[in-house]
Amino acid sequence: MVARKAETLAVKGQVDPMSTAPFRITRVIKETQDTFSMELAPEASGERFSFSPGQFNMLYVFGVGEVPISISSDPTGQMPLVHTTRAVGAVTQAMWKLKAGDALGIRGPYGRGWPVEQALHNDVVIVAGGIGLAPLRPVIYSILADRDRFGRVVLLYGTRTPEDMLFRKELEKWRSRFDLEIHMTVDRATGSWRGNVGVVTTLIGRSPFDHQNCVAMVCGPEIMMRFTVLELQKRGVNDDRIFISMERNMKCGIGLCGHCQLGSSFACKDGPVYSFAEIKALFTKREM
Amino acid sequence: MAVNKILPRDDFQRLISFLRTDGYQVIGPTLRQGAVVYEEIQSTSDLPEGWIDLQDGGSYRLERSETSAFFGYVVGPQSWKQFLCPPQRKLLTAEQTGKSFNVIVYDEKPIKRAFVGVRPCEIAAMAVQDKVLMEGPFVDPSYRLARQNAIIIAVNCARAGGTCFCVSMGTGPKASSGFDIALTELIDQHGHRFLVEAGSEIGIGMVTKLALGDASESDIEAGEKAIANASANMGRTLDTSGIKELLYTNFDHGRWNDAASRCLSCANCTMVCPTCFCATVDEATDLSGKCAERWRKWDSCFTVGFSYIHGGSIRTSGMSRYRQWMTHKLAYWQDQFGTSGCVGCGRCITWCPVGIDITEEARAIRHTR
Ligand SMILES: Cc1cc2nc3c(=O)[nH]c(=O)nc-3n(C[C@H](O)[C@H](O)[C@H](O)COP(=O)(O)OP(=O)(O)OC[C@H]3O[C@@H](n4cnc5c(N)ncnc54)[C@H](O)[C@@H]3O)c2cc1C
Ligand code: SF4
Ligand code: SF4
Ligand code: FES
Repeated sequence: MVARKAETLAVKGQVDPMSTAPFRITRVIKETQDTFSMELAPEASGERFSFSPGQFNMLYVFGVGEVPISISSDPTGQMPLVHTTRAVGAVTQAMWKLKAGDALGIRGPYGRGWPVEQALHNDVVIVAGGIGLAPLRPVIYSILADRDRFGRVVLLYGTRTPEDMLFRKELEKWRSRFDLEIHMTVDRATGSWRGNVGVVTTLIGRSPFDHQNCVAMVCGPEIMMRFTVLELQKRGVNDDRIFISMERNMKCGIGLCGHCQLGSSFACKDGPVYSFAEIKALFTKREM
Repeated sequence: MAVNKILPRDDFQRLISFLRTDGYQVIGPTLRQGAVVYEEIQSTSDLPEGWIDLQDGGSYRLERSETSAFFGYVVGPQSWKQFLCPPQRKLLTAEQTGKSFNVIVYDEKPIKRAFVGVRPCEIAAMAVQDKVLMEGPFVDPSYRLARQNAIIIAVNCARAGGTCFCVSMGTGPKASSGFDIALTELIDQHGHRFLVEAGSEIGIGMVTKLALGDASESDIEAGEKAIANASANMGRTLDTSGIKELLYTNFDHGRWNDAASRCLSCANCTMVCPTCFCATVDEATDLSGKCAERWRKWDSCFTVGFSYIHGGSIRTSGMSRYRQWMTHKLAYWQDQFGTSGCVGCGRCITWCPVGIDITEEARAIRHTR
């Protein structure tokens, strides 16, 4: 009697977006006491994993769970997919125990990343705190791949101690370039540290950039981003030129689970990177 | 399509049988533990004939009615989302293979379902969930499968419940679209019968196959009167004018603390709401640890863990969680999906153990400081 035909599967040939694909860990790099980078290759095909700076993947540890982790590799080059993770809880600690040769589930890339396009022909100010450098590293790679099309590039990086700095060798290499201005600071000097001591915001005032023609990208603990934004505003940078990355609980990464809501936005698809102008009203309210 | 037919009460069984013969699981209202719930039904004897529900803030009670209407009740604690977006759904199974694992995607078999007795507000709620779960850039394939294999036999409301406010939300008490067939139950000196309107090709096909007689002018008038009666007797009202701006400018209103002082954070309101879609994913491993399953489960913004990130939850106070829920329903939703997240079914009011009333809270925010 009824004409509607039953479908055999809702999306023929298209898997559930909540499904994950096994990736092989090809190398593990210990970055700090609690942070590690993993190079990954898809088990299924050898295709290059394409993404834009600031996007994240959902990483699945077999039998434990799934968490959002930013991509920290080079979006332009031949570098394998890399994730840099701080072991803080159940899933990330289980991930820390994995070795080269083990597998991890990956789905992504998701989210709206850093405004690299908008930054073309502008000065770029990158301010990172701790693990916050990981999602910003792809921005640096993108700029270096096309260096002439950007103005001055300043990286300000702060960590608790010198031992907490990520990508130390790479930072040293970048520091020796004339087309990158890199300043680092620590909350507490240890060992042979002779550099800056103090919070990263103190570096903003003396950095050379044109406040009217710059784009600032900020990632770190919320409190650090709060003060960084204040400093940038003091330097005369407009709110729509300041970008921050927001962390929220994410169960799906694709707008279906509701967990990441931040005001009327979904941090997983409308973020995690927002211009400060967009979320100013929410950023200054508690418990949003 | 606007041809109106008449289905006599005693022929209702034919409708059910027709659907069942055609391979549909027929789901409809039935009585279970003092409430009207939606379950598979075999015959008209499963319907809650002669029962009505009396609803108010924090209270629900069934009572015998003076008539023998099949659909005299309004809505129960459940909604159709339990079939379209069930409380638990397996996403995948992962099997360990040496150092790696295989992902076995759960290949869901489609179930053809006929939903009988869908209220206009519930059709509106499905349209809201459609926007979230199958009309965005990413689709929940299980939802879409269930949705595409469901046919909707709507029943317009001839009686409004004590907590209903569909008129305020523009979703009822008459269904204007989104159904295959819409019925209006009529009981008067001309007998117990249903006014039938087909709303889709499938609906037209069904009406033709059932060989129903035409409705008379007076039948149509009686239907309109019954629905007008429901409109005139809404249990609640909600002034939606500028509600988004109202809530966006009142994040610090004192009423949020007032509501929070009564709210138990029990999450009932989100479980019964036909539009709430929030979900978490749970991991379950077998004893050997070689096989893991991932399950999607309903979640609620009223739990502290909902907004947990390493280091603590974003919304620790009950105030912020109630504010999040209500602001999402009435305001954020408009920006996110171009529709209200509330359809005015009243369930959250009825099933709140302390009777917190979204219409009352919205009114207080509008009229007090
Ligand atoms: C877009 C984005 C990008 C990120 N990028 C990086 C990155 O590049 N590197 C990095 O190190 N970190 C990153 N993070 C943070 C990272 O996702 C968290 O550190 C990680 O989720 C911690 O998981 P865990 O299980 O190890 O920690 P836990 O503290 O054990 O758990 C945190 C997660 O577990 C769940 N959970 C725990 N307890 C509860 C509870 N009581 N109720 C409900 N749920 C609970 C939640 O889903 C929560 O998100 C990013 C986060 C986001 C949102
Ligand atoms: S918020 Fe309440 S009245 Fe509105 S749709 Fe949900 S349960 Fe029904
Ligand atoms: S509003 Fe009522 S139903 Fe909702 S969480 Fe609070 S006490 Fe529970
Ligand atoms: S993480 Fe699920 S909706 Fe954003």
